[in-house]
Amino acid sequence: MTTTTTTTKPVASREAFGNALEALGREFPHLVVLDADLSKSTMSMKFAKAYPARFLEMGIQEANMLGTAAGLALCGKIPFCCSFACFISGRFDQIKMSVAYSGAAVRIIGTHAGVGIGEDGYSQQGLEDLGLMRSLPGMLVLQPGDDVETEQMIRVLMTHRSPAYVRLTRQKLPRVHRDGYRFEPGKLDVLARHGTDALLLCTGGTVGPAVDAAARLAQGGGPRVTVGNVHTIKPIDADGIAALARECKRVITVEDHNVVGGMGSAVVEALAERHLVPVKRLGVQDVFGESGTPEELYRRHHLDAEGIADDVRDWLTRR
Amino acid sequence: MTTPTVADITQRKPPAWSLPPLDTPGSRAIPVDTLRRFADECRLDIVEMLCRAGSGHPGGSFSAINLTTTLFLDEMRHRPHEPRWPERDRLVLSKGHAVPSLYAPLAQLGYLRRDELWTLRRLGSRLQGHPANMLCPGIEASTGSLGQGLSVAQGMALAGLMDGKGKDPAFRVYCITGDGELQEGQVWEAAMSAPRHKVHNLTVIMDCNGGQIDGLVKDVLDLEPLADKWKAFNWHVLTIDGHDFVQFRAALQAARAETTRPTAIIARTTKGHGASLFEKDLVGWHGKTPTRDEANQVIAEILGRLG
Ligand SMILES: Cc1ncc(C[n+]2csc(CCOP(=O)(O)OP(=O)(O)O)c2C)c(N)n1
Repeated sequence: MTTTTTTTKPVASREAFGNALEALGREFPHLVVLDADLSKSTMSMKFAKAYPARFLEMGIQEANMLGTAAGLALCGKIPFCCSFACFISGRFDQIKMSVAYSGAAVRIIGTHAGVGIGEDGYSQQGLEDLGLMRSLPGMLVLQPGDDVETEQMIRVLMTHRSPAYVRLTRQKLPRVHRDGYRFEPGKLDVLARHGTDALLLCTGGTVGPAVDAAARLAQGGGPRVTVGNVHTIKPIDADGIAALARECKRVITVEDHNVVGGMGSAVVEALAERHLVPVKRLGVQDVFGESGTPEELYRRHHLDAEGIADDVRDWLTRR
Repeated sequence: MTTPTVADITQRKPPAWSLPPLDTPGSRAIPVDTLRRFADECRLDIVEMLCRAGSGHPGGSFSAINLTTTLFLDEMRHRPHEPRWPERDRLVLSKGHAVPSLYAPLAQLGYLRRDELWTLRRLGSRLQGHPANMLCPGIEASTGSLGQGLSVAQGMALAGLMDGKGKDPAFRVYCITGDGELQEGQVWEAAMSAPRHKVHNLTVIMDCNGGQIDGLVKDVLDLEPLADKWKAFNWHVLTIDGHDFVQFRAALQAARAETTRPTAIIARTTKGHGASLFEKDLVGWHGKTPTRDEANQVIAEILGRLG
C-alpha cells in the first residue's frame, strides 16, 4: 500500500477549502461564511461571490467575528469563520467562552499555517494555534494533508454539531491520496509502509515532504519507516498510534508548528499513557519564525524531504 | 441597629403569577404593579441565594432585575415549558456575573425549580457562578468574560433575520451589558458591526449603574458622552431611567418599531437598587455577599415593600 506523492498539480489546502465551500453552498442552505478582510487569501471569496447573501464581511474584527459566528451557530446556522491561523487563534478567549463553552458549532478556519507562508515572517505565521485549540474541551482539531482530504473534511464538518478548528496552508501541497480515499475523522491515516524501523507521523504541510523522505530513505538502504498522516489532532487516534508504535519501537513526528503544544505533543501525551517508546519531535523548535522563502524556511527547520530524511536517519542511528 | 428576624425565605411560597401567554409578541401590558412585585420577589431570592452561596455579585444583580423582569414578562416571546422553542426571543446576559438576575426570574417562571436556586455555585449545580448555556435551561450563551455578549447576540439576531420573512425577523435578540463592561474593546467592534449588518432586531441594554470593581465608572475610565458614542456608530439610541418599568417598556416598543437600525438603550440605574444596604456602598457591594444578618435586613426591607 505504498503511496508516493502523485503527479497531479499541487493545490494549497486553503484553495481546496474555498472550492469545497462553494460546492456545498447549494446543498446546505444554512451554511454561512464569515471573514475578516482576508477572503481573498482564505479563499472564502469563492463562496462570497456565489452566495453573497450568506457571506458576512466582518471587517478586521476577529473577536467580533467569532462571537457573531457563535450566535449564528446557536440559532441553527452552519457558520465557517475564516482568517489566518495566527489572528483567529489569537482571539483565544472568544473561542474559549463564546464558542467552546457555549457549545456553539462554529467551524473555525485558520489558514496560512506555520513557516510555510514564507516572507511575511513571524507575525503572520500561526505556530501556536494547535496547542491553543487542543486545550479546549470538545474542540475537534483537524489539519488536512492535501486537497482531496481537505474537501472531504469540509463536507464532514457540514453535519458535525460541535466546535471545530481546521488548519490550512498557504503553500501548495502535493496530492498524497488516491482517488477513492475516505477521510475518517479521528483515525490515523497510514500513507506508506516501507518497514517498521520507525513510525513517522506528519500533518498538514509536512505530509508531502514526509512521504517523500520515507521513500528516499527506503531507496537509499534504510531505515524503512511507516508513514502516518495525523489529520485529526484532537481527538488523537491514541490507540491507532500506540499500536503502530508497538510495532515500530520508535516514533518521529514532524510538523510546521511549534513542537510545544502541537501534533507531536499530542502524540507524546497519548503514548505516555499507553505504550511509551522514544519519540523525536521535529518541527519549529520553540523559536520565533522569520522571513524567507517557504522553501528556505522548510529547509532551515528541516521540514523538507531532505531535512526530514536526514533527521530520521541521524536520530535512529544515534540511538 | 438590631437586625429584624425574618422567616426563612426559602419556605415562602411565591405568588401564583397570573400571566398571559408569554409566546405572543410584546408588549403584553403587564400591570406595573405586577412587574414591581415580580422584581422584588426575585430580589428576595437573589439575596437569599447569594447569602447561602457565600460568594457572588449582589449590586449588579439588583440593578438589572427590573430590566430582566420586564424583558421576561412584558417583552420577550418565550415558552418556559419549552426553553428551546426555535422561535423564541433570546436574551444574552453579557455581564455574566449578574446571572442571579436571570436565575431568579427563570425560577419564578418555571424554567427551574425554585429550590434549585439554593444550589447556586455549589459543586454539581446547573447554576454556575456565571452563565453556562450548556447546563442551564433559559441561558442562551456562556458569558463571564466581559465584552463578548453583544457579538454573540448580533450573530443570533442575524440568524433571526435570515430565517425571517422580509423585514419581519423570526425572533428578536436582547443583550444586557454593564457600564464598566463598555470599556472592553470588543463591545465597540460589535457597536461598529451591527448597524453595518442592519440587525434591527437587536437591542442592547446598558445597565449603567455607575459602579465597577475598582471604583466608580466615571473615575476608573469614563464613558461619557455615552449616547453620542452610540449615535456616532449609527445606532438608534434611547436613554431611560432603568428602574422605571414604563420608560423601559416604551423604549423596547420603540426598538421594535425600528426597521433598519439596532437599538441601544442606556438604562441609568443604581447599583444595588432596591436594597438600601447595597445602595449605600455601591462599589463595595459589587462582589461581596451579605452575612445572614445583612441578608435578613435586606429581606425585611423588601418584604415591607411587598406588604
Ligand atoms: C474580561 C473580564 N475582565 C475582568 C473581569 C472581572 N470583572 C467582573 S465584574 C467586573 C466589573 C464589571 O463592571 P460593570 O460592567 O459595570 O458591571 P456591574 O457594575 O453591573 O456589576 C470585572 C472587572 C471579567 N469578568 N471579565
